[in-house]
Amino acid sequence: MGDSQYSFSLTTFSPSGKLVQIEHALTAVGSGQTSLGIKAANGVVIATEKKLPSILVDEASVQKIQSLTPNIGLVYSGMGPDFRVLVRKSRKQAEQYHRLYKEPIPVTQLVRETAAVMQEFTQSGGVRPFGVSLLVAGFDDSGPQLYQVDPSGSYFSWKASAMGKNVSNAKTFLEKRYTEDMELDDAVHTAILTLKEGFEGQISGKNIEIGIIGADKKFRVLTPAEIEDYLAEVE
Amino acid sequence: MSITEYNGSALVAMVGKNCFAIASDRRLGVQLQTVATDFKRISQVHDRLFIGLSGLATDAQTLYQRLMFRHKLYQLREERDMKPETFASLVSAILYEKRFGPYFTQPVIAGLSDEDRPFICTMDSIGAKELAKDFVVAGTASESLYGACEAMFKPDMEPEELFETVSQALLSSVDRDCLSGWGGHVFVVTPTEVQEKILKGRMD
Repeated sequence: MGDSQYSFSLTTFSPSGKLVQIEHALTAVGSGQTSLGIKAANGVVIATEKKLPSILVDEASVQKIQSLTPNIGLVYSGMGPDFRVLVRKSRKQAEQYHRLYKEPIPVTQLVRETAAVMQEFTQSGGVRPFGVSLLVAGFDDSGPQLYQVDPSGSYFSWKASAMGKNVSNAKTFLEKRYTEDMELDDAVHTAILTLKEGFEGQISGKNIEIGIIGADKKFRVLTPAEIEDYLAEVE
Repeated sequence: MSITEYNGSALVAMVGKNCFAIASDRRLGVQLQTVATDFKRISQVHDRLFIGLSGLATDAQTLYQRLMFRHKLYQLREERDMKPETFASLVSAILYEKRFGPYFTQPVIAGLSDEDRPFICTMDSIGAKELAKDFVVAGTASESLYGACEAMFKPDMEPEELFETVSQALLSSVDRDCLSGWGGHVFVVTPTEVQEKILKGRMD
């Protein structure tokens, strides 16, 4: 790798002090399908659109929301394959932590390590930044937590956030609807309403994905049937 | 003489009612010669966690430095102290890293866990953890210590009685071991305070 023409970093500063590759990565995220997360008083919900390129695609085989540990899950906006790489790396980091300390990894630590990986790819030879932003939802001893991680490697804790195509409308909607003492069920309803705002076509249990984690500290993805129940409640 | 008997040591930790005691002897020897009579074998990791390291003194010191390094970084990263169980897992992992060229030391870990529950454990020099509900021992005097503790231990002792029991067990055991002794160093830890006492026994 040393003599290669690409052994220097492809993310280099522009005269205005920006890393243009990261800006482009954020554009890739911004044109991805909308996803959002809401932190309730007793849990966290994350959700995303699941628009498939054709009706022939077997939608049950597509899982955009993944779990990293039994009590931490995440969703993305942007490039699916990049997301899969990060999920793999983060799962390994969580397991390494557990192997060393025999303790489940705290959400903040896992987010930090994932963000560090994303940052590495903005400062290494011959690689490009990840084209995804992540929303990480977890519940540990410090309570429910929601973090957003960007392609640059910066991460923020949010009470509610959105990413992707419809980000500005979704965030405005969330700002209006969010309350500190929301329960998990209310948060799921609000998440569905927020997705509905920018949804093209008829929303159903088959074209959105929702993941929740409550005080039981077990992250799980809702089945299409459960989503249909929530949708009926929202109508 | 085996390498773990080069310096001589005696360590014991005992569980009481919402408290624990950890005690060691004070002799540092070079085989048959006594070189120090105030050697510290027990160190404080944070206000509710202590570790004692028996065996070869140089390995005990180096291992202690490595563990403090790891714990300080953990405190900075996670903004909290390590739980005793977590620390024990870390010590076990660090010892096993050196599986084929080990540290010649046997740790005794004692701390207060969640809800002020006392936690004690020991492990061999390659990290095999042994959790106990009553007492753990280590060092050249360990066989005598096992016998003395078994005879004198009672569950749910208050700090004062625990101190007496641990001290008697330690002093009577090191008296039967020529490589350990020259007094004792006892820590009795409750949720609110740490009592440190020096014992005067047979000074030989």
